[in-house]
Amino acid sequence: MIPEIGQLALALALSLALAQSLLGLLGAARGEFVWMSATRPAARGQFVFVAFAFGCLTYSFIANDFTVAYVASNSNSALPLPYRVAGVWGGHEGSMLLWVLMLSVWTFAVTLFSRHLPQEMVARVLGVMGLVSVGFLLFILFTSNPFLRLFPAPPDGRDLNPLLQDPGMVLHPPMLYMGYVGFSIAFAFAVAALLSGRLDAAWARWSRPWTTAAWCFLTVGIALGSGWAYYELGWGGWWFWDPVENASFMPWLTGTALIHSLAVTEKRGAFRSWTVLLAILAFALSLLGTFLVRSGVLTSVHAFATDPTRGIFILALLALVIGGSLLLYVWRAPKIGLGGGFEPLSRESMLLANNVMFASAAGSVLLGTLYPLALDASGLGKISVGPPYFDTVFFPLMAPALFLMGVGPLARWKKASLPDLAARLRWALAASLLAALVLPFAMGRWGAAVALGLMLATWVAASGFVQLYEKVRNASGGASAWARLSSVPRATYGMLLAHFGVAVFVVGVTMVKGYESEKDVRMEPGDTVEAGGYTFRFDGVRDVKGPNYVAGRARIPVTRNGKLVTTLYPEKRIYTVQNMPMTEAAIDPGFTRDLYVSLGDAVSDSAWVVRVYHKPFVDWIWGGCLIMALGGALAASDRRYRLAAQRAPEQYAVAAAR
Amino acid sequence: MPRLAALLLLLLPATWVAAKEAAPAAPDPVLEHRMMALAEELRCLVCQNQTLADSNAPLAEDLRNQIREQMRKGNSDREVVDFLVARYGDFVLYRPPLKATTFLLWFGPLLLLALGFAVLLRRLLRRRQSKEIEMSAADRRRAEALLAGGEAEPR
Amino acid sequence: MTRFALPLAIFVVLLVLLGIGLKLDPREVPSPLIGKPAPHFELPELHQAAKTFSERDMLGKVWVLNVWASWCVSCREEHPVLLDLAASGAVPIYGLNYKDKREDGLAWLRGMGDPYRLSIYDFDGRVGIDYGVYGVPETYVIDKAGVIRYKRIGPLTPQIVKEKVLPLVQELDRA
Repeated sequence: MIPEIGQLALALALSLALAQSLLGLLGAARGEFVWMSATRPAARGQFVFVAFAFGCLTYSFIANDFTVAYVASNSNSALPLPYRVAGVWGGHEGSMLLWVLMLSVWTFAVTLFSRHLPQEMVARVLGVMGLVSVGFLLFILFTSNPFLRLFPAPPDGRDLNPLLQDPGMVLHPPMLYMGYVGFSIAFAFAVAALLSGRLDAAWARWSRPWTTAAWCFLTVGIALGSGWAYYELGWGGWWFWDPVENASFMPWLTGTALIHSLAVTEKRGAFRSWTVLLAILAFALSLLGTFLVRSGVLTSVHAFATDPTRGIFILALLALVIGGSLLLYVWRAPKIGLGGGFEPLSRESMLLANNVMFASAAGSVLLGTLYPLALDASGLGKISVGPPYFDTVFFPLMAPALFLMGVGPLARWKKASLPDLAARLRWALAASLLAALVLPFAMGRWGAAVALGLMLATWVAASGFVQLYEKVRNASGGASAWARLSSVPRATYGMLLAHFGVAVFVVGVTMVKGYESEKDVRMEPGDTVEAGGYTFRFDGVRDVKGPNYVAGRARIPVTRNGKLVTTLYPEKRIYTVQNMPMTEAAIDPGFTRDLYVSLGDAVSDSAWVVRVYHKPFVDWIWGGCLIMALGGALAASDRRYRLAAQRAPEQYAVAAAR
Repeated sequence: MPRLAALLLLLLPATWVAAKEAAPAAPDPVLEHRMMALAEELRCLVCQNQTLADSNAPLAEDLRNQIREQMRKGNSDREVVDFLVARYGDFVLYRPPLKATTFLLWFGPLLLLALGFAVLLRRLLRRRQSKEIEMSAADRRRAEALLAGGEAEPR
Repeated sequence: MTRFALPLAIFVVLLVLLGIGLKLDPREVPSPLIGKPAPHFELPELHQAAKTFSERDMLGKVWVLNVWASWCVSCREEHPVLLDLAASGAVPIYGLNYKDKREDGLAWLRGMGDPYRLSIYDFDGRVGIDYGVYGVPETYVIDKAGVIRYKRIGPLTPQIVKEKVLPLVQELDRA
């Protein structure tokens, strides 16, 4: 009964989404007040029914209802409760429902926080988001229904893939989808602007917090995915440039360009068509990612089970949504007009250069991801494009962006002076050069790549401190340092923190790639191995039993200079339902290093192959990402967005008319 | 009890003698390191996108053994790669070879960046020449009124 | 004006590309050996370990080499097709027993029927690697000069035999 109710709820949600889009878009086009007012309730209704349907599916999982085909293929009665819930999005159908849930959550949020926006704009934004909902709800109901029944019902389910039975599975997809789907709001704002023919600083101020919030979620989602792969997969890798990883990274790169572009459109009214295009592209890349992962067009460890019908449907959806908006762009973008002028050397031009670099980076990732397909489709052969390509191509693209990160925020709007900038940044430059020359020796040896990485990271951090110092010094709060610090807007702190997060990230990547060490050894009980100054002793393996697996668990005490640092317990598990073996690495995380031990196979009665890693500063990679996201959250919660919420919308109508 | 103690005493030296610095898992660690470095750039043909180094598939194990054998025979990395490409094609390489068909792949990013900067530069320099948007007299009065702290008259 | 249309133009090209991609198999590894001489091997026969067989023994004849194993599930699917092909006498079929146990391979043939003139025994898969085998079953059509002319990855179907294998064999026989 519950699954059928869930399916009904989805159908109702579909009709409400349809109402939402028609009322919103037609109402705005015709200036019909009643229709536009009805958009909010329709949107909220859609949220209620989608959430309800999602609840029905979750219930089926928790209650072990194996008459539902999707539950039977992704769950098992021995599966612990948190993973039964996470299993809801463990397969294609359920994850699509999660996608639609996130979309309805964002839609609901827009209905709550848009009181200060002109009604026409809200109606259009909700209308566009409604169209996207309609598309995805149709997709679910017609090709990917999670509520289909299975008769006769199997006695037990096929279990969730053991790789997914992990806390990472609870957080990573929801965060990631909040990010992907969140860009639909920026997209909706852009399309609304194109439809109305008006795009100005106020429009940028309205879409900024939404875009930044989506970017925060995506940053966290990607970082979680990377961290999860790191400890789950057993060989300590954290980024493989796999097509699905790239599918999440491209919207992130475009989204970063978008945030910066919005800043310029808000402050100076410039970059309008650029910003609109980036908003469309960011969401387009989100949708493209959805297509790539589920259509079978590319091979990936992350790919869902595929079906040509689904691929065609998503492609059609992509064509309609993005093709439609790009067509609208061709037609209406020329009307949006230019903004304020600026000199070739100015903060605007630097931000524009930043846009070019991030867009090129996103384009390069797209090129590398789709190139094998392009060659195969044109019959020119079959190649593979992997980490060697992306690593070679990506870092040179990003290095200049890192340099600009130090200079841009100090440059004046409209016209900047090079000598002035050089003077203000001379200490930051000195610090960077010093770091490049000296710091590598602290780790044992000097290398050019490490030096470059550390130089750029120090540059970003040091120039960030210069920016903070100048802001506080020039602040109007009064004599006391505290008053001055509080008078600096939250958004500025957000920016400084986010940029600082980038510096931390760069340090993590540089140090790990430059100085990590690995030992792959055969160990008898009592044997020791040394890595990174730590001594690992193998004390043997004993058998243990988990809720749905059996395992061999090794005991490995780790010492440094004779003192015990920690004891690690890596495991080799066999999940009984699918008879699937899995390595569970043991990690001792630390501020300056991770100790990582992975158990291989038994090579005799008492000897095992053990892999031991010393990874310096690896946690700075994800720490940096979290700091970036925190910065974004600070920026999105700046009081000028909340203050604006209190002002009446008419004043914006005046400002918008030109 | 005394028998047990004697047994334990017998075993203790045995474990002391046996405990040592662990031997590398591979018989020739230098070769192994070289093989793994190469295997990191090669694709496992039966897996869903994994390197030859990371894969547990039987074919991957066979190919790693082949590489070890070739390296022991004295073949260079280049020769080992050619051996595999002759049998499996360019698909097995994660670093796409530079050929006519991959020209656009390898130079594309640089071209994108150069193109982007070229367009940027041209627009920046052209912008310098365009005029600032003129304010109408009415707008100027409204601006002055607002700046003076008063309410703006409606248009 | 044109610069606004550029994103749309690029997007349309992308759509076409993705549409074509839906029909392709990204995991299929086409063989670089087509049109090249069949790699040399000298392997013991499955049924008579003392005797060896080489591709050179087949020079002057058109023949089919089928890679199979008793542990391979898809091989069961294609086996009836092979039996029919062998019965028709259109082309001799030779088997390559890939990474199998001799007794298992022999038992499998006894139970399923033996379409092969003979099978060779590739215990460690070396010859398979030389032939670019990555997934069993795979089938090769080799011409009179010992050049590989066609490779089928995956099980043979009656349609493929009718549309690809038989016409090719006839053409090669005439040459």
